[in-house]
Amino acid sequence: MDANIALLLFIFVLTLFLGFELISKIPSRLHTPLMSATNAISGIILIGALYLCSQVDVMDNWLTASLVFIALFLAAFNVFGGYIVTDRILKMFKHSQHDKAKNKKGG
Amino acid sequence: MLAAAYIIASTLFIISIKLLSKQNYARLGNGLSALAMLIAMVATMMQYTVLNYELVFTAIGLGFLVGLGVARLVKMTAMPQTVGLLNGSGGLASLLVAVAESTRVSASADFQQVVIALTILIGGVTFAGSIVAFLKLARLMPSRPIVAPLHRVINGCLLIASITALLAIEYYPAYQVILLSAGIALILILGISAVMTIGGADMPVVISLLNSYSGIAACLAGFILSNNMIIVGGALVGASGFVLTMIMCKSMNRSLATVLFGAKRVVHQEASTSKKPVAFTPKAINPVDAYYRLEAARTVMIVPGYGMAVAQAQHALSELGDILESNGAEVYFAIHPVAGRMPGHMNVLLAEAGIPYDKFVEPDTANPLMPNIDVCVIVGANDVVNPAARDRKDTPIYGMPIIDADKANTVLIIKRSLATGFAGVDNDLFYKDNTIFLFGDAKMMLTDVILEFRDQLPGA
Repeated sequence: MDANIALLLFIFVLTLFLGFELISKIPSRLHTPLMSATNAISGIILIGALYLCSQVDVMDNWLTASLVFIALFLAAFNVFGGYIVTDRILKMFKHSQHDKAKNKKGG
Repeated sequence: MLAAAYIIASTLFIISIKLLSKQNYARLGNGLSALAMLIAMVATMMQYTVLNYELVFTAIGLGFLVGLGVARLVKMTAMPQTVGLLNGSGGLASLLVAVAESTRVSASADFQQVVIALTILIGGVTFAGSIVAFLKLARLMPSRPIVAPLHRVINGCLLIASITALLAIEYYPAYQVILLSAGIALILILGISAVMTIGGADMPVVISLLNSYSGIAACLAGFILSNNMIIVGGALVGASGFVLTMIMCKSMNRSLATVLFGAKRVVHQEASTSKKPVAFTPKAINPVDAYYRLEAARTVMIVPGYGMAVAQAQHALSELGDILESNGAEVYFAIHPVAGRMPGHMNVLLAEAGIPYDKFVEPDTANPLMPNIDVCVIVGANDVVNPAARDRKDTPIYGMPIIDADKANTVLIIKRSLATGFAGVDNDLFYKDNTIFLFGDAKMMLTDVILEFRDQLPGA
């Protein structure tokens, strides 16, 4: 168990540093979509709720089951709402010559 | 099998965040991120057989429908509160997973008990704070800071009491339900009280901080379940949200601590050497004069602020930009990182109005252009164009990076009144010789100017 915790902490720390490095240079016009997309990623807790669904049956423990049900709903709302709204925002961003701009200089 | 899927999903998440910072690949990045989420979900369900599929699919289906509906129908002007709502639901989901796990596992190890408490703490603050932010942004409650006396002491007590209640569960398992409920209630009050004290213009910091918290809450829940996929996803969001928060703080020249703990800023109005002349009469003009100024201008810099969002003037602004361009002028939109109520707020609104993003310039690009700008039009922005940030050391905004609108040849301010901005600092820009005012509602004034262009220059 302790070795496992150490391993998880190891992953955690490295990922934090990776996250800091990843978005050091981002044009401010992309701040909103970055935020709403990463927001959707925080809905990853959905798989935690899914895991609990394999451990708890509604018949056995209605309290836990209903907590998990609401968690699933909220996480799914977070995930789908976040990704769809981000796509909608990004679709609006257009270059003045949009055909040419496709593969040319970004950021 | 599960490990392989999680590695693929984690890699995709990392690539997606990288791509989200590049204009041309941002949509692809968002799509890859969604794919990663799908892989993680399917792999989890294949590994752990769900005992009750009806429950799972009903919950996810409802979440999908509500998410789809909100994401499709919400207006772009309502985006800050929508992001707030999404943050809050993520935080609450993590809290509920932690609570569910603590009700399920009766005798858990020390480490797990501490992590459950922390998850409830961060998840609860994220949820309650996001709801208050949502209400403030949706103007369902006043957006000014609401500060209770001794709020720092109260918040500190709430935090300690909540942690104590949650950690006491291990020693008094008989009172589990009471202690758990008390701990959650206290933490929700803390979340509400913490965001209550934050004013409207500080919202970009709060929204990005809550974004970071929602990631950290998920990450902690990953520790409870020993799930490395959740830890990776949560930590990425936590880190990126934190970087964004720091960018926002830097752009408004405030430390994170002053935004979070000190709503009241000491403003020494009387000590401040404002350049206000003794008898000041603003040079007010009418839309016809504004037309003549703009018609003659070869270079125009437009600086939008939160006032533009309130007046819903982005479409009129876009139209004016088109007219000026067809009249032969060069038009730029200078956007300050903290203009509006969330990071990137102005960009989203202007993009919605059809303005191509290559017209958007950040202060670093806008400022060197300023001396060559004929007319700088300021629509609903105030503190971000206040030269006091450069000149007056005694003002709270001193040192804040601003858009040097005062260096343009003519500054045209479209504004309702001479009121100060959020920071409560007199705007020195108002008293410059080259500053003229168009007093009134931004959308109405812009429309009047556009009509004038149509009358005088039917071709434009």
